[in-house]
Amino acid sequence: MTLQTTLRVSRFNPEEQRSYWQEYTLDVEPQYTVLDALIKIREYEDGSLGLRCSCRSSICGSCAIRINGHATLACKTKLRSLASGGRHVTVEPLGNLPIIKDLVVDMTSHWNKVMAVKPWLQPQGPEPEHEYIAPNETMLHLAGVMSCIMCGACVGDCTVLQVDPNFLGPAALAKAYRFVGDPRDAAGKERLKALNRYGGIWDCTRCYECVQACPKGVAPMERIMALRDKAIEVGFDNTYGARHTIAFGEILEHAGRLDELRLPIKTFGMFNFIQMLQLLPVGLRALMRGKMPPVFHKPIPKAENVRRIFKKMESKR
Amino acid sequence: MKYAFFPGCVSRGGCPELYPAALEVSKRLGIELEEMVGASCTGAGVLQEKNQKLGDTLNARNFALAEKAGLPIMTICSTCQGVMSQAYKRLQDEGPAYLAEINSVLAEEGLEYKGTSEAKHLLWIIVEDVGIEKLRALVVRPLKGLKVAPFYGCYIVRPTKSLDFEEHPERQTSLETVIDALGAEVVDFPGKTRCCGFPILTINERNSVSMVANHTSDAKSLGADAMVTPCPLCHLNLDGYQPKASAMRHTKIDLPILHLPQLVGLAIGLDPKALGLSRHIIPTTRILSKIAVPA
Repeated sequence: MTLQTTLRVSRFNPEEQRSYWQEYTLDVEPQYTVLDALIKIREYEDGSLGLRCSCRSSICGSCAIRINGHATLACKTKLRSLASGGRHVTVEPLGNLPIIKDLVVDMTSHWNKVMAVKPWLQPQGPEPEHEYIAPNETMLHLAGVMSCIMCGACVGDCTVLQVDPNFLGPAALAKAYRFVGDPRDAAGKERLKALNRYGGIWDCTRCYECVQACPKGVAPMERIMALRDKAIEVGFDNTYGARHTIAFGEILEHAGRLDELRLPIKTFGMFNFIQMLQLLPVGLRALMRGKMPPVFHKPIPKAENVRRIFKKMESKR
Repeated sequence: MKYAFFPGCVSRGGCPELYPAALEVSKRLGIELEEMVGASCTGAGVLQEKNQKLGDTLNARNFALAEKAGLPIMTICSTCQGVMSQAYKRLQDEGPAYLAEINSVLAEEGLEYKGTSEAKHLLWIIVEDVGIEKLRALVVRPLKGLKVAPFYGCYIVRPTKSLDFEEHPERQTSLETVIDALGAEVVDFPGKTRCCGFPILTINERNSVSMVANHTSDAKSLGADAMVTPCPLCHLNLDGYQPKASAMRHTKIDLPILHLPQLVGLAIGLDPKALGLSRHIIPTTRILSKIAVPA
């Protein structure tokens, strides 16, 4: 039995610099993917539709687009799996990248950012006679991140890139983790120093868009969190990001709950007058509306249990 | 319908208006609550950056406290909910050795987590347990003519595998369902499931405030009179930093941001003062006059 589907496709004509929506209604086989439907449109209905694809097997990473508002691979998305059973589907190019034509985006900034993290092994010492040997268990945690096919789905849905093109982004940062976490690599500290800067690991909002978008289970955000932990571990603990994470843990350990007044003060530093002055209007507005967090912060009842858990689980690391 | 109430840190800190509103609305909806004593912060994803197992232990402790009372947990914060859902999934999936290790730490306090008690956000409880028909029946002041944009908060929509969306597809549109049941008009906009920017507020304020500016002005330009969120962290940013967002865009955005229980409370006839509607940075008076309620 065939399925009738209507694809609402975001089009862009580069010659006229014109964006518009176009709808295509067609009969497809029930097992069709979104890519199958798009290829059918291009082959039989409208040869001017621009799209990028190659392997059709979730290996090459060419066909990442936005389907119903979320980035994913067109070849991995069955029409039937979508809301409305695939009868109405919205298709757009990836976000956060300039559009060349229709569903084809310019991925130059994506590649440049990946290159910026030096995605190659930087070992130290004389080269071994044969291959570099690494114990299996030290490489296992890299298996997920090595599955990255560079499709850019995570980049397309990244919420930080929407407001700041300077952010390295989930794909490049996940790639950075792949080398920072590699036991054969000797440039870890240098890499972390570079990633510790503006636009690096601390600019991620932890929104999980990249984890959700990634078709290969790379979970870029979780790699970014691991990089943050490693950065603090090797002594890069003086950025606002690192100070926020450390202060959050200290407050929680002591009181069992968050102290919203002390967290920014501990993050910025009590004598950081510029930041304190900037906080003032926000604090005053809150105060005037009776929204100020309590000045005398009370720990939760029996907070000693939380302290004990902290001590125990931190010592196990 | 009884729950162990986990208010979270922010409903008693930066958003003190949320706590009484949630209690009153729950009572009217027939949700009986027993507030958890001695429950800790979930770690909010920040603690998990450094030590996930520590975070899972704290959450297992909270689950065990609720289990001891024989109750599921009710949250009123998207972040608390998401972090708890993720911890719950890991405690289920990581195998018996992981849970045993965590339980050995809890045992010193006489607690054990057996894996039964789970957390549920008030939003999901309204849709799944109270039921939309009952909610509709309780509406005495339909929010007719009020255009409301939903704003979920990241952790209650992602990652979907932790949130049981396959089993509960209605969760994906729960906020729109509630807005509609209250008689208001849903203003759909792409930012509704994006990040509010709160987690990077102290790290990169410019980016954080840009997110506030984008979401509030997008909703406003689509005609929204207000935005509603089940997440007090989103509220802190979207309401508290909206003046900065307005200054950044050289325009007055002026979009009131309501907590979920406040919107429900208005429609079921509660007093705006009791709902804490005067304790917002962006005044809510205009929406009250729109639905003909004295402030």
